[in-house]
Amino acid sequence: MTDTQLSDTNGSSAGMVVATHVEKSYGDLKILRGISMSVATGEVACLIGPSGSGKTTFLRCVNHLEAIDGGRIEVDGRLIGYREGRGGGLQEDSDKNISAKRAEVGFVFQHFNLWPHMSVLDNITEAPRRVRGDSKGDAESAARELLERVGLADKADSYPNHLSGGQKQRVAIARALAMRPKLMLFDEATSALDPEMVGDVLAVMKELARAGMTMIVVTHEMGFARQVADQIVMMDGGEVVEQGPPEQIFDNPQSDRTVKFLEKVL
Amino acid sequence: MNIDWGTLGEYLKLDHQTLKAMGVTAYTAIISQIIGVVVGLGSASMQRSRNKVARLIAGTYVWLVRGTPLIVQIFFIYYGTNIILGFQLIPRTVTLFGVGLPGAVVGGIAALSINEGAYMSEIIRASINSIDRGQLESAQSLGLRKTVAMRRIIWPQAARVIVPPLGNEFNNMLKSTSLLSFIGINELFNDAQVRYSATFQPVEYFMGVAIIYLALTTVWSFVQAWIERRLSAGYTAARPVENSKTRWATRAMGLKLGAGRAK
Repeated sequence: MTDTQLSDTNGSSAGMVVATHVEKSYGDLKILRGISMSVATGEVACLIGPSGSGKTTFLRCVNHLEAIDGGRIEVDGRLIGYREGRGGGLQEDSDKNISAKRAEVGFVFQHFNLWPHMSVLDNITEAPRRVRGDSKGDAESAARELLERVGLADKADSYPNHLSGGQKQRVAIARALAMRPKLMLFDEATSALDPEMVGDVLAVMKELARAGMTMIVVTHEMGFARQVADQIVMMDGGEVVEQGPPEQIFDNPQSDRTVKFLEKVL
Repeated sequence: MNIDWGTLGEYLKLDHQTLKAMGVTAYTAIISQIIGVVVGLGSASMQRSRNKVARLIAGTYVWLVRGTPLIVQIFFIYYGTNIILGFQLIPRTVTLFGVGLPGAVVGGIAALSINEGAYMSEIIRASINSIDRGQLESAQSLGLRKTVAMRRIIWPQAARVIVPPLGNEFNNMLKSTSLLSFIGINELFNDAQVRYSATFQPVEYFMGVAIIYLALTTVWSFVQAWIERRLSAGYTAARPVENSKTRWATRAMGLKLGAGRAK
């Protein structure tokens, strides 16, 4: 399911995520220089590359946590963060529409960003109740199932500060899944964890991938990327250097920059 | 030492007159603090607003109030407004909810509230800024509207950070009310002054009134410590308190900040 959607993104509706020539600058600093990629439904894409290459920024654009300066991003066939303006360009969408679109996309942060004043259960049920209007009972039983799934059934009434990093991240994943997203974005989800915690979180992510979740994963875990990804996107200097199935990128890289990067991390 | 301990002791027995003055000190301080917090919330919201005019108004307000002496503000609001406006803005007696208050008290509370609002504005703004941006981002990433995310995620965490400096502000407020004696409000310091001018015993009465203020602020510091303990109760415990009666405290305790006093 990988090869066909990789290169051409023009007008494609097959992709869960279709990004076309996405540009982003902070002041004079160009972070993204025309990123195009497509991620099909059910596919797992791993973004790799040196730090400062724009992976995280791109991921944040997919959820409109960052505005884009050029190009377009469609999630499930519809623009995110923007609507078509009258002059043909894009116009930033209303907070209401952006929020509705974001509710379809789960985002897992490097630093978890759990809410410390709420119990684990309340962290997970907050969005289903406030955004989707689920009843307390429904939201809580769904939350308990999710906690079971990430192996933390006994932590429902704990507070985030009483959890280890690995446990926090698994709660954060459960919290994102509670909105039943079509797409999950992972921003270096294991980078802030102690080494012995990494495995638990990766296991949860693997299980999600097996269950058919569409995922974009920014990661430095090359073993995970090789094993789980359907496509690898190698970024450097705000550009996509190379993309393709893991075997191709890891065993037969075409670009010098990919070769150099892999030499350093493998 | 040439102190008339008898006079001091007599004064500290707090006769009806002094008790009444103490009541005036207490209620002007409490009312001004409450209004100050409300004004500060409004001003902080304006300072965080996208609207340039709102930011400019709030910024100017904070700049003016924090840059001028409180006593000048009190005089200006109580005496100055009448002259500028050409009519008596604050009448001799103001009836609020069926209670008649002297105009000076209303003017004094107005001045203290306006003054306090500027300081609270900065405290509230700093507290909100102290909450990590990721907290808002994670809420928004789940589809919460910004206003909902602020109300449900940011404000409850900011409130915990606000409590210690708010306690300091009220300690200050209790003492600042003494300035209201200059516009003829019969609060604690004014009461002491009246007694002094009748007897010419400054040491006894001013030492006495200092002791009364010290007692008031000490009582408050115990209340403040109790509130802060409640807010961080069991924070380091391995498990949160399950009892529903203390659940509000448990909810509030999730954050590590603000356990210590600000000063």
